[in-house]
Amino acid sequence: MAEDKIRESLLKESKASKREKHGKILSYSAIILIVVVVVSIFLFVATRGIATFTVNKGSIIDFFTKSQWNPGATDKGGHPLIGALPMIVGSFAVTVLSAIVATPFAIAAAIYMVEISPRRGYKILQPVIELLVGIPSVVYGFVGLSVVVPFIRNHFGGTGFGILAGTLVLFVMILPTATSMSVDALRAVPRYYREASLALGATRWQTIYKVVLRAAVPGIMTAVIFGMSRAFGEALAVQMVIGNATLLPQNLVSPASTLTSILTMGMGNSVMGSVSNNALWSLALLLLLMSLLFNILVHRISKKGALH
Amino acid sequence: MAMAMTKPTEQAAGTTTQPPIIDTEDVHLFYGSNEALKGISMSFKENEITALIGPSGCGKSTYLRTLNRMNDLIPNVTIKGKVDLKGQDIYASNMDTVRLRKEVGMVFQQPNPFPFSIYDNVTYGLRIAGVKDRGRLDEAVETALRQAAIWDELKDKLHQSAMALSGGQQQRVCIARVLAVKPDVILLDEPTSALDPISSSQIENMLVELKKNYTIILVTHNMAQASRISDRTAFFLQGHLIEYNDTKTIFLNPQKKETEDYISGRFG
Ligand SMILES: Nc1ncnc2c1ncn2[C@@H]1O[C@H](COP(=O)(O)OP(=O)(O)OP(=O)(O)O)[C@@H](O)[C@H]1O
Ligand SMILES: [Mg+2]
Repeated sequence: MAEDKIRESLLKESKASKREKHGKILSYSAIILIVVVVVSIFLFVATRGIATFTVNKGSIIDFFTKSQWNPGATDKGGHPLIGALPMIVGSFAVTVLSAIVATPFAIAAAIYMVEISPRRGYKILQPVIELLVGIPSVVYGFVGLSVVVPFIRNHFGGTGFGILAGTLVLFVMILPTATSMSVDALRAVPRYYREASLALGATRWQTIYKVVLRAAVPGIMTAVIFGMSRAFGEALAVQMVIGNATLLPQNLVSPASTLTSILTMGMGNSVMGSVSNNALWSLALLLLLMSLLFNILVHRISKKGALH
Repeated sequence: MAMAMTKPTEQAAGTTTQPPIIDTEDVHLFYGSNEALKGISMSFKENEITALIGPSGCGKSTYLRTLNRMNDLIPNVTIKGKVDLKGQDIYASNMDTVRLRKEVGMVFQQPNPFPFSIYDNVTYGLRIAGVKDRGRLDEAVETALRQAAIWDELKDKLHQSAMALSGGQQQRVCIARVLAVKPDVILLDEPTSALDPISSSQIENMLVELKKNYTIILVTHNMAQASRISDRTAFFLQGHLIEYNDTKTIFLNPQKKETEDYISGRFG
């Protein structure tokens, strides 16, 4: 009798294990939902984006090498005019240039905040960074439009719209993220590296320059790539200052365009399923693949650079 | 407190005519208002190994770090008294800490090689001093690694990361890194406490070998280590130097009761 009871209670699920089961089901379904959403977004963008080349007979080589963008029209061979080179060049130009300009500032600010004056640096720069992160991109674009563009027009000629204006606006936009990630990278360098360096007769600058920065290189690279990925994907602010001309940029002050700016400009003006619409999806697919690439790079670097 | 008043026994210390390489007098050190060193007077002779022993928190590391001014890096530290290196006050306002630390090298408790190659680790001190000549750097690496008794093990992988070495190898690379700068004095703060017995004894043998050319000051919790390799031993307790004498005398015939109690394991 008693034995049966014990067996029964052992075989019956306890309350705790039941609850664990419920929790598991809940979190698994949440994960599945997320995966489904991500995969379907990707598939959606991909099928549309690829349709330009399969259904509409666009040439993928033209897409990457030609500079005539007028998807509604066709060339002599009947292929739609989908030369995206100006946008590709524009996107990479503003991304790389703004990262090049932002990196030294981010590193300098991070050194100040971590190595030179941690207390004051933290008090002054931290709120500034948080503020800059919180400003919506339309505000950056507006300031760019009303301050940066006229400034460039007056000092460098041209209309003021172009890669240079885009670069300057993006520089300010990615600076806070790049700075705070660089700060994290410097903070992660163990104190005993600094001590060892100083004990060998290094000055403070030599220690920062030769040990701390060198040990923080992977973290700083991650910060820069993160900034680039943000710059590459930024649409609104860039669109407001770059001029949106689908021409190959001849210089930094002539109107140009980026993948994102043409995408946002064209979105409302095309019918779902039309060639013009599909061509925009091709731009979106390229953006998606690029941000995937940025993410992979970040993971690679942070894995490789992890300090023991 | 009677203990605070007693002067360390110094009779054995003054037997040679050679002036000490380091001479400290009445050194007090405060962390904020906490007095961690309460008047330490002791001197170190060239080409000897001196062991600093004492229970945890008695001020051994603090004292060691006053000798190359590493305590300067800690905020709110006040130091009083005199520390002379070869007759020169290292706390004088015109003292260059960069030069001082090249003459008084330091090895830490945890092996702390830079996340660079072995070669870059060992040449670090020279490179920051402006040495660029490849031949000179190569030669310095070989000499330093030989002195640290690890050349044969590492000569084929000088350009691999030092982080991939074992703890004992890392510590010897750290010692080589100090030796490459050619200091006069080497301070070691429990250099073997994180290592296995075999690595420890390799480092002990190396230190005995090194003492021919260097003055070595070693903090250790390992009584056997102190008695095996040191020429003289200083016993610290609660910020005081209780007894300082030939290692033999300290271990076989201590003059102070506190020393005897500590050595025989009755406290600490
Ligand atoms: N950075 C610091 N700030 C404040 N107090 C400190 C600091 N470092 C050490 N102290 C204090 O100074 C005293 C001496 O410490 P010290 O590290 O010199 O002892 P130690 O003899 O080396 O001990 P251990 O054998 O554990 O290494 C201790 O009371 C410790 O709490
Ligand atoms: Mg200590």
